[in-house]
Amino acid sequence: MDFEFFFKLFLGGLTRGSIYALIALGYTMVYGIIELINFAHGEIYMIGAFTALIISTVLTMLGFPALAVTLIAVAAAVFYACCYGYTIEKIAYKPLRTAPRLSALISAIGMSLFLQNYVLLAQTSDFLPFPSLIPDFEFWEPYAHIMSAAEFTIIVTTVLVMVGLTFLIKFTQIGKAMRATSQDKTMAMLLGINVNRVISFTFIIGSGTAAIGGMLIASHIGQINFYMGFIAGIKAFVAAVLGGIGNIPGAVLGSLVLGWTESFFTGYISSDYEDVFAFLFLVLILIFRPSGILGRAETKKV
Amino acid sequence: MGCLLAVCLIFSCGKKEEAEQTIKLGVAGAHSGDLASYGLPSVNAAKLVVEKINANGGVLGQQVELLIEDDVCKPEVAGNTATKLISDGVDIVMGHICSGATKAALGIYKEANVVAMSPSATNPDLTLSGDYPNFFRTIPHDAKQAELQVKFATQTLKVKNVVILHDKGDYGKSQAELAKKYFEEAGVNVLLFEGVTPGAVDYSAIVTKLERQQPDLVVWGGYHPEASKIVTLMRKQRMDTLFIGADGVKDETFIKVAGEYAEGVYATGPKDISDNPMAKMAKEEHQNEFGSDPGAFFDAAYAATQALLNAIEKAGSTDYDKVINALRTEYVETPLGKIRFDENGDATGIGFSVYKVTNGQFIEEK
Repeated sequence: MDFEFFFKLFLGGLTRGSIYALIALGYTMVYGIIELINFAHGEIYMIGAFTALIISTVLTMLGFPALAVTLIAVAAAVFYACCYGYTIEKIAYKPLRTAPRLSALISAIGMSLFLQNYVLLAQTSDFLPFPSLIPDFEFWEPYAHIMSAAEFTIIVTTVLVMVGLTFLIKFTQIGKAMRATSQDKTMAMLLGINVNRVISFTFIIGSGTAAIGGMLIASHIGQINFYMGFIAGIKAFVAAVLGGIGNIPGAVLGSLVLGWTESFFTGYISSDYEDVFAFLFLVLILIFRPSGILGRAETKKV
Repeated sequence: MGCLLAVCLIFSCGKKEEAEQTIKLGVAGAHSGDLASYGLPSVNAAKLVVEKINANGGVLGQQVELLIEDDVCKPEVAGNTATKLISDGVDIVMGHICSGATKAALGIYKEANVVAMSPSATNPDLTLSGDYPNFFRTIPHDAKQAELQVKFATQTLKVKNVVILHDKGDYGKSQAELAKKYFEEAGVNVLLFEGVTPGAVDYSAIVTKLERQQPDLVVWGGYHPEASKIVTLMRKQRMDTLFIGADGVKDETFIKVAGEYAEGVYATGPKDISDNPMAKMAKEEHQNEFGSDPGAFFDAAYAATQALLNAIEKAGSTDYDKVINALRTEYVETPLGKIRFDENGDATGIGFSVYKVTNGQFIEEK
């Protein structure tokens, strides 16, 4: 009984951590390349979810089979979010690349508020129902009382995305270019790497993962509204810092640690102080490891 | 602006016919500012009722005169509003609108032996504390919903063990605390009483925790977005535990969002009065006179005005004790149904019903 309870909380924390991780990956990749905290990232996640909702509603009305609806909606959400990510970078961040870092940060916050209000006005301020794009798989039914099919899908997707990204960064040419740009932008440029393209690519990949996250989570909890990106974005940002911002395995680890902290604290003590405890834990970790769990301390030459 | 004009008109009338006696009915509440939409419908209601009564010869053979005062829903203004009304010689007051402002004004009315009746102040203490014998209301107080939930849960659903969750907000937490108190008084075990963070991405930990307690019923204090997330998660984890919320859940959006998972969920909400002939008539009068549908608390304000004037008529004078006695003993036919007031000052026969989601609709449980 008690072990089962522990195990369920563990799985709940894993799901929650995976949700954070899908968003945190985008934060950390962008930070790794241009040292910018892209506050509009949470909104990309929200836009991804909205696109998936609109496309899936239209397709369902046209009578497409469920699997096709899901696949097309995911593809459309990813594509749309990637376009947004690319455009945001070109409009709001690129012109400020040589400006003080604070300016780019403010521009990011501005972009975040702009997108929130844009969706609020163009769509609605109401909560909208989100269809279960992830079906209750039949083979999963024996385990459904432990964790739902949607939660299972979220965890599997996060693992796949993480493995895919690691592969991309470690073993492909664009990955090599990304690592080079992150180490030294000027040097990378001198060696003939198209830095602008690398940065755009990073934004596109980050936005794509956020859109997948948005769609999965909306499908899991069954509702969306224009504000959903804000809290999820903040938590994911915290997770990225916790793991060591700029570090991809760190973002996933930080997300899982945050997810488990929240889940176990709720389960064994009280959900009233869930956030209090989660952030207290964050402060403690940062006191002992200021650059995060897996972050490297920056050594500056004097 | 129209309201101001009306006030001027009434004052000038009053001066002209100073020799003639009138019954002065004060109407106080938020008539401007953020919460004007709560207060202005009560002014319209008072105008409609008074116009009709005056056309039929008034109360005790005297015409009824309205004294309309704005308190902007602020306790610090409401005291002045009350003092102003009393210095203008008000006989009886319909108002105020907000609980805080009402409380601030009541002490002043009490000292001047003036009866006040609110169509909208729902803070339980206003009547239950016993501090204000001069206060009445035509809206059920906040504790009524919790009372009803507990009564329904223990008598109809026959539950033994409950879990109470809330959203840590003002509304949700106070509902949950009242429910907890009444459940404990009724001898039901409250296995868990916890707040959750609104807007969180996932509630699976709290759902796991409540599943472990194996309650018969989950009571939710809060609004519908979190309720639908929690219910959805519970059902997805194959938990069929009963779920009950208050009027924060009794919203069409809840059913829209939670979809099939909303089925069987209970929620308390105001009694449906749309079939009441008097409510229909009042609505029609409003449409004819003002060209729009009435706003919030209109029916309650209509009923309050009728109840006050009826009590004066039945009491035979505006004497404080006689009016209070009449309010407590004489039934009056209103848009809310046939009402009188109990010894606390709360209207009887009005209130909340339990609704159950059945085939995508809230159906009243008889």
